Amino acid sequence: MTLSTATGTAAPSTLFDKLWERHVVAEPAPGVSLLHVDRHFFTDLHSPEFKLLAARGLPVRNPEMTFCVADHVVSSRPGRTGGNAAWSETYLADLRAGSKRYRIKLFDVNDDGQGIAHVIGPELGITQPGMLVVVGDSHTSTHGALGALAWGIGSSEGVHVLATQTVVQRKPKRMRIRFEGTPGPGVEAKDLILHAIGKLGTAAGAGYAVEYAGSAIRALDIEGRLTVCNLSIEMGAKSGMIAPDEKTAAYLRGRRYAPKAEHWDLAVQHWKTFGTDDDAVFEREVEIDVRKIRPQITWGTSPQDVIAIDATIPDPASAGGERRQAMLAALEYMGLVPGQPIAGTKIDWVFIGSCTNSRMSDLRSAANVVRGRKVAAHVRAWVVPGSQGVKRDAEAEGLDRIFREAGFEWREPGCSLCVGANGELVGPGERCVSTSNRNFVGRQGPGARTHLASPPMAAAAAIAGVITDVRQSTLEKR
Amino acid sequence: MMKKFTVLKGIAAPLMVPNIDTDRIIRIERCAGIPRERQGEYMLEMMRLDPDGSENPHFILNKPPFREAKILLAAENFGCGSSRENAVWALMGWGLRCIIAPSFGDIFFGNCFQNGMLPIRLSAATVERLAAAIEADAGNAVLTVDLERQRILTAQGEEITFEVEPLRRRMLLEGLDEIGLTLEHEAEIAAFQNRDRGVRPWLYV
Ligand code: SF4
Repeated sequence: MTLSTATGTAAPSTLFDKLWERHVVAEPAPGVSLLHVDRHFFTDLHSPEFKLLAARGLPVRNPEMTFCVADHVVSSRPGRTGGNAAWSETYLADLRAGSKRYRIKLFDVNDDGQGIAHVIGPELGITQPGMLVVVGDSHTSTHGALGALAWGIGSSEGVHVLATQTVVQRKPKRMRIRFEGTPGPGVEAKDLILHAIGKLGTAAGAGYAVEYAGSAIRALDIEGRLTVCNLSIEMGAKSGMIAPDEKTAAYLRGRRYAPKAEHWDLAVQHWKTFGTDDDAVFEREVEIDVRKIRPQITWGTSPQDVIAIDATIPDPASAGGERRQAMLAALEYMGLVPGQPIAGTKIDWVFIGSCTNSRMSDLRSAANVVRGRKVAAHVRAWVVPGSQGVKRDAEAEGLDRIFREAGFEWREPGCSLCVGANGELVGPGERCVSTSNRNFVGRQGPGARTHLASPPMAAAAAIAGVITDVRQSTLEKR
Repeated sequence: MMKKFTVLKGIAAPLMVPNIDTDRIIRIERCAGIPRERQGEYMLEMMRLDPDGSENPHFILNKPPFREAKILLAAENFGCGSSRENAVWALMGWGLRCIIAPSFGDIFFGNCFQNGMLPIRLSAATVERLAAAIEADAGNAVLTVDLERQRILTAQGEEITFEVEPLRRRMLLEGLDEIGLTLEHEAEIAAFQNRDRGVRPWLYV
């Protein structure tokens, strides 16, 4: 497209376009690109697909570029050896058999690299800037935080990747969201992106690849950027990404799968060659003033149903048509009354975990709220680290002790309560403050009521036993 | 291999709820615990069934003639959320072959084409008009979707045009499969990797 290398000048282009262009293998039809996949994570829930590949008699074209991960169906129970759902063992057995047969690296249940695909990809340095990363999972956008092209694919596409190391794609439009300014106290990366989704809506990103930019994004550490990019799909976007910078290289250096010493300088040189040009054009631009954002919490059954913690539950009467119906249904499901403050709503559960918020910085900021206090007697509170690496680091820092002494359960890495594919569920009618990414009807279990929030907000709710303002909670602690 | 899609004549059921996510179309424990061929029984179960497992008689897909629907009219952002292809399998297992909506979740949209399901984007106004006509009189529910001509014929004889990207249209019409087509590009894939090895050697260790 816009690269005219012959003359040595290039028309202004976006990060997304530059990386897309570099991955084009062929153009099977006008507007359709066959793109090379650099890294592919294959999660346990997809293990039946090995049979589809076998049925066609096809080999895995580049087994060294795929990584199998046990994350969705595994139990988070301390001392676990596998899953606890009826189907867990079948899925794990198929995953093991497939990875063995096709010689694909597997991060099995208790391997030292095991964890949620979107956590271990960056953590082990498997995901790197400039790569095209795909996973049969919609939160693949997470990996874009390192300056990678990354999006979720379906089962059929997953088999296609195994067989051909490519994906067939149509180029999306480009959107840039700039977060400008310095966030106030108690405001985390999660609050920035939840606020953006609330403002723009859950379908705003449909058909777009999003680039996040602005001073507040540059100021975030890599883990905060991973959280921002993780939620891109909740505004309907195909992908979310952030241009790599010095922080990105510093984050990756020395990680298990990062480029080794002999290639390191070359790799960093390469990463420096992309970034959005100053006058590149996006089909849509949004700017968000971070200074106005307060800690966020969802009240409904879509991530766009989000308000500031000190706001009141919205009134459907203020909306029209389908939106009004959707709001009424959401409030009924959630058992909430319009016009009431959301703070003070009694809860039953707290879940700190998921590919959105289960990394060291998340656990640290939650532990800061929890330290020296007790979980309310009626609340069940879990911490599920995103990976074995996070769990080890947290234990080395003593975070597990802080949580345990407060009455949290300290559990084993995996997706756990985010989706319940391992049989761990919030009960019908029970209310959970969760650091995950989806508050859909029934997401954490049939009839379960989910409120999405940041790790410190979830921690504050666990202590108070009600939805609470983390800023208030921190003051009380002093 | 993939089912062909040429002309589909059948009952269209209006389900005008925005943001129907794929978790709602099929629950995760059904994806994991029920064989693919039987997942249709669990399609939209949280809407179709009451908590005790009995049918909710007020839900549109439980009422005649919509029990026999082959086409679904849906609202904005249908199939958003999780990438689970089970959502398409469940809808098809229940008997649907075509979804008409103003917008779709991106991964869901792609997954449809992989399985011989036709997702059609029409303007919100058009979908709402079709839905209103059917809600007013179930006699209007029969639609004919002609992919070759890219036209929908309503019960009252109105023709509505739609567009499907040419490659995807051809794949549906002929029942072609993407892997088969891509394997024809093997030489280009190999050439890409050879070139790339020089630029990004650290990727190939
Ligand atoms: S943690 Fe939740 S959102 Fe993330 S991959 Fe697992 S199930 Fe999906």
